[in-house]
Amino acid sequence: MEPFTRLQGIVAPLDLPDVDTDQIIPKQFLKRIERTGFGQFLFYDWRFIDGKKQDPAFEMNAERYQDAAILIARANFGCGSSREHAPWALRDYGFRCIIAPSFADIFYNNCFKNGILPVCLSEDQIEALFQKVRQTSGYSLDIDLEKEHITSNDGINLKIEIDPFRKNTLLRGLDDIDLTLKNEEKVSAYEARLAGTPSLSL
Amino acid sequence: MPAKTMLEKIWGDHLVHEEPGRPSLLYIDRHLVHEVTSPQAFEGLRLSGRRVRRPELTFATPDHNVPTTDRSLPIEDLTSAKQIETLSENCREFGVTLFDLKSPDHGIVHVIGPDLGLTLPGVTLVCGDSHTSTHGAFGALAFGIGTSEVEHVLATQCLLQEKPKTFLIEIKGQRPYGVEAKDMVLSIIGRIGTAGGAGYVIEYGGEAIRELSMEERMTICNMSIEGGARAGMIAPDEKTFHYLRGRRYAPADFDAAVAQWKKLPSDPGASFDRTLTLDVASLAPQVTWGTNPGQVASIDARVPNPDNLPDANQRKSAERALEYMGLKADMPIEEIGITRVFIGSCTNSRIEDLRRAANFVKGRQVSSKVDAMVVPGSQKIKQKAEREGLDRIFREAGFEWRESGCSMCLGMNPDTLEPGERCASTSNRNFEGRQGKGGRTHLVSPLMAAAAAVEGHFVDIRQYTPQEES
Repeated sequence: MEPFTRLQGIVAPLDLPDVDTDQIIPKQFLKRIERTGFGQFLFYDWRFIDGKKQDPAFEMNAERYQDAAILIARANFGCGSSREHAPWALRDYGFRCIIAPSFADIFYNNCFKNGILPVCLSEDQIEALFQKVRQTSGYSLDIDLEKEHITSNDGINLKIEIDPFRKNTLLRGLDDIDLTLKNEEKVSAYEARLAGTPSLSL
Repeated sequence: MPAKTMLEKIWGDHLVHEEPGRPSLLYIDRHLVHEVTSPQAFEGLRLSGRRVRRPELTFATPDHNVPTTDRSLPIEDLTSAKQIETLSENCREFGVTLFDLKSPDHGIVHVIGPDLGLTLPGVTLVCGDSHTSTHGAFGALAFGIGTSEVEHVLATQCLLQEKPKTFLIEIKGQRPYGVEAKDMVLSIIGRIGTAGGAGYVIEYGGEAIRELSMEERMTICNMSIEGGARAGMIAPDEKTFHYLRGRRYAPADFDAAVAQWKKLPSDPGASFDRTLTLDVASLAPQVTWGTNPGQVASIDARVPNPDNLPDANQRKSAERALEYMGLKADMPIEEIGITRVFIGSCTNSRIEDLRRAANFVKGRQVSSKVDAMVVPGSQKIKQKAEREGLDRIFREAGFEWRESGCSMCLGMNPDTLEPGERCASTSNRNFEGRQGKGGRTHLVSPLMAAAAAVEGHFVDIRQYTPQEES
């Protein structure tokens, strides 16, 4: 996994609560058997009219947000389906950090497996960011995971709350499977201990 | 010994390794796999030269993407066909048991797991699908995972997990006629909100839960994720043991297993991080009016007026939902007309669901304005229903009778809504475009869906005299 250390990027707004993974990547694009190439389908039904023309009413489509790497959103972002295609699409489109007041559990977890940093800030902090993003074209943030803070040219200085294990995994781009396999002996010991348990036998 | 919750017991039983500052390493007893969220995981194994650690604990079926029409014909959508074939190839290569489209055991993964006896009390069970919460109805710890985690379980039979908090929802009272498990869970989601259960595992308890059949309990646990909880669970009891006895993969020494399972329910006095008590006696049948399952109202109520909502975010969300849904504030729910009906999905496609719906439509006709379909959850359910003559009842009333699969719950296969079409659906998500771009979904119970099919709009099922079970 590509490590996440520091990110300086333009911020795009998505001003809706409860954005579900069906919106992030609609089901007709889940038939692919690859992990890549999902960015073109991100927010498909919102971004495009009839699947081709960009919908000018969708705020993120504005020219000023085209190179955005950070997405700010409202509460309960990523609810619904467990499809990891959602973070794949966000990442492939160019987002490496999502900032919202809260996230759905499975989506939050899936982000970390794909080098995306999900950051929880308060509703008030998010509201202030929405205002700044709309006021200033090209508004960008500097996200330093090592130091656990978000700063900006206009004096923002926000603390990132993050679990130390997840932080370390992102910083170093570690693979969970490799970590678990270091405990292979313990897994085998567990299996040996449980062998023959009546309630588990097939 | 301190009093423990069921979650704490199952968690403790499955701890492989713990160390400070890291998530726990949890052993996974059963892994269910389907075609949509697994190809990249198997590919990951191939790229790193890994095998499936416990293929005998891993079971696969294609369900999301499969046509529900004639199975003897080739699949027209080549991308779908490729994904389904890829699952078959992966199962062959890695030694995983597959219930394919030709198998008499084919069906929705959350329907066949319990039916085969793969879902058991006290087990940890995962699947790359958020509705894995269904299996908690048996007192299992069951939750949905992403594809990276699917690969992790395939490779290690374990998962790295933070211990969730516990949330007890106790439901008291006697259920009135016409109020189904679906209405109970929709009202819970309406109450706690779509993020209310985030970070928690919900345990459902109380007399109204104990009274439910296993199939009804599955409906409740299934929609835990719609309330934001990754898992829902219900303590196993005699109904659970009776359901499981004799199932294909149920433990050979069943009595010894039952003795272990009886120790699982939460101890008296066990403390939960959060509790909520509800009374089912005053509950009415529920209909969602918006674009998330928390936007729900009683059948005898009106579509809410966003101006009356207290919170600015709720207001905005409701306004947007009404616009998408093409509904007016303050209109009676009963006046909402529908043109499509879908009875199916991992929430409500089991034999009891079909029996209740069939019992209502018997001797009645689907409205001339409505296209209605029934998609049984599995081939076994389909056959059972056919033996009972339910297919005939549905067909004579004007319903289409299909092969098993997820179908129009998510519309990955050709079963979709056209833009602007309005559907009474027994599925679990009413998100924008979920059943087809521009489609408008109202979530209801099978009984309410059947009644809406006949009348062409939502009706209060309580106004009908209960018919004798046929």
